[in-house]
Amino acid sequence: MTTQHRFGPYGGRYVPETLVSALEELDAAYERYRDDPAFLAELHTLQTDYAGRPTPLFRADRLSARAGCRVYLKREDLAHTGAHKINNTLGQILLATRMGKKRIIAETGAGQHGVATATVAALFGLECHVYMGEEDIRRQELNVFRMRLLGAEVLPVTSGSGTLKDATNEAIRDWVANVGDTHYIIGSVVGPAPYPAMVRDFQAVIGEETRSQVMEKEGRLPDGLVACVGAGSNAIGLFTEFIGDAGVRMVGVEAGGLGLDSGKHGASLARGATGILHGSFSYVLQDEDGQIQEAHSVSAGLDYPSVGPEHAFLKDSGRVEYTSATDEQALEAFQALSRLEGIIPALESAHAIAFLLSGEHGFGAEDVVVVSLSGRGDKDVYSVAGILGVKR
Amino acid sequence: MSALESRLTQAFRTAGHPLLIPYAVGGYPDKASCARILRAYAESGAGIVEIGVPFSDPLADGPVIQGASVQALKGGIRPADVIDLASGPAQAGVPVVLMTYLNTILAYGPARFFADCSAKGVAGVVVPDVPVEEAGDLQRTAGQSGVDVILLAAPTSTDARLERIASAASGFIYCVSTTGVTGARAALSAGLPAFVERVRRYTDLPLAVGFGVSTAEQAGEVARFADGVIIGSSLVDIVRRGEDLDDALAGVREFLTGAGEAVGARERTV
Repeated sequence: MTTQHRFGPYGGRYVPETLVSALEELDAAYERYRDDPAFLAELHTLQTDYAGRPTPLFRADRLSARAGCRVYLKREDLAHTGAHKINNTLGQILLATRMGKKRIIAETGAGQHGVATATVAALFGLECHVYMGEEDIRRQELNVFRMRLLGAEVLPVTSGSGTLKDATNEAIRDWVANVGDTHYIIGSVVGPAPYPAMVRDFQAVIGEETRSQVMEKEGRLPDGLVACVGAGSNAIGLFTEFIGDAGVRMVGVEAGGLGLDSGKHGASLARGATGILHGSFSYVLQDEDGQIQEAHSVSAGLDYPSVGPEHAFLKDSGRVEYTSATDEQALEAFQALSRLEGIIPALESAHAIAFLLSGEHGFGAEDVVVVSLSGRGDKDVYSVAGILGVKR
Repeated sequence: MSALESRLTQAFRTAGHPLLIPYAVGGYPDKASCARILRAYAESGAGIVEIGVPFSDPLADGPVIQGASVQALKGGIRPADVIDLASGPAQAGVPVVLMTYLNTILAYGPARFFADCSAKGVAGVVVPDVPVEEAGDLQRTAGQSGVDVILLAAPTSTDARLERIASAASGFIYCVSTTGVTGARAALSAGLPAFVERVRRYTDLPLAVGFGVSTAEQAGEVARFADGVIIGSSLVDIVRRGEDLDDALAGVREFLTGAGEAVGARERTV
């Protein structure tokens, strides 16, 4: 089966010629191994024995009462390293070792993907360099320390806004220079083909597990799925399994930042225009000259001025609804989930919770809604404490 | 073919020696100074002048061109201003090539972009984030305005890819000297002559080498086996280090005179 390169007009492979052979090599490796029984068995063993899959589907009664619908949390926060990112890095590290690569590079925003990459690099004994914007290094100090503990080198990126976009630029530049022995583990459903489709496939386990878990608990499919969307990997991971089930409503929640009209947000789908960033054609926050604008979100993982090309396609097709939650709403949801369910969510995931607490979600009291709790909030407690302290 | 041959191809074939192709970041350090730098290029032996359109996220560029791009953008330079700058060298009879990332062209509107390029004398456009697979639409649109889309070949390109690049290319082929971003290198890659010869197996088009050619000596070395030598970051760095514009212009002229002598001493290879 050939890996998908385009989602309608979106996606593609807009990269320097130097990288194309490496992408072709990755494409070929993925096509060779994606259905290979030995590869899949090794991945499955790692997912279960190492990453702790399947992650639980938890019925959140107190949150349900507040939200006005029957909410289940897909507990990706309980996966090893504390977020869904490990699903993708396990898959990619297995490909990297099969391609004979000796060195791993990655970009990271919130640090969750950096930690998940450093983790699998440690597991396989590979050298690991993680690019991280200096602004993100400041607000995600805990994850920086985790990566260093895991043996990775964290390389600060000072160009641009010092966030995820700039870290991705630097990772691509590194890859161009070291393409022979290096594999670039992109952390989301972005980048040149085959990354968006390949990362989606590695994350699709979220939705696959959800289907069987919700069938077991409810005897039917869910009425709705909700996930936060920065670049969009946890959302795609949850949605993909249910795309063909017309009765399942899907909602992606972008970073509303200080409000969509403030110009300080990460809502590429709501307010971006079509264009190219990091090798694929999608919605991009940009000015009239095509200069990429800086995104803003209280959550580093959503602070990205573009979005995976498949989300662009799903928006245009109408199959998925996209909305946004502001920084303030996300901070409220962060505290609400902590107190209602004893679960401190990542600020990213708190955007999805915020949608359900908005009072405008449109679900009925009996509707079963699965929310992707994509990561845990330990990494965010210091920055949230700082923000709440300032407010007090 | 000669009636249809591009101005760029002709520039290589009618010169008596390999071409020196200096690059400037459009609008750096500011628009007026950049126009004078481009004039200095045209007067100092440039066979073609290459002008970069500053972009917020130049992922094929190293620190020198990134820094210059940031400054040019802070100064308010816009793509239309950079296209305007092309008319200087073009009027002096030196063909101009723009280097721009694809998003700039898409935001401008491809048909209008290439029409404006053509009107200001731009003969070709290098788009470093468009490999041959994605180049078809752009080439058709550019062709309607008589502008070449210059394709790049890299040392990592397989023979199959080189064949495909060669068959789709027009104007000349931009051979990337090294795996890496733009910027000065202490030494040329040992495999560079063999790489250029590998590209030449598939094409009669002129081959220009860029990325990392830093000194007059390296330019002379490259001119032994290539048809053109592109020098970017070193020149941008001379401008950056200049005490004032006159100092920068003197430095640029001195560098290009030396590089021109080194390149001009070589036999034409195409």
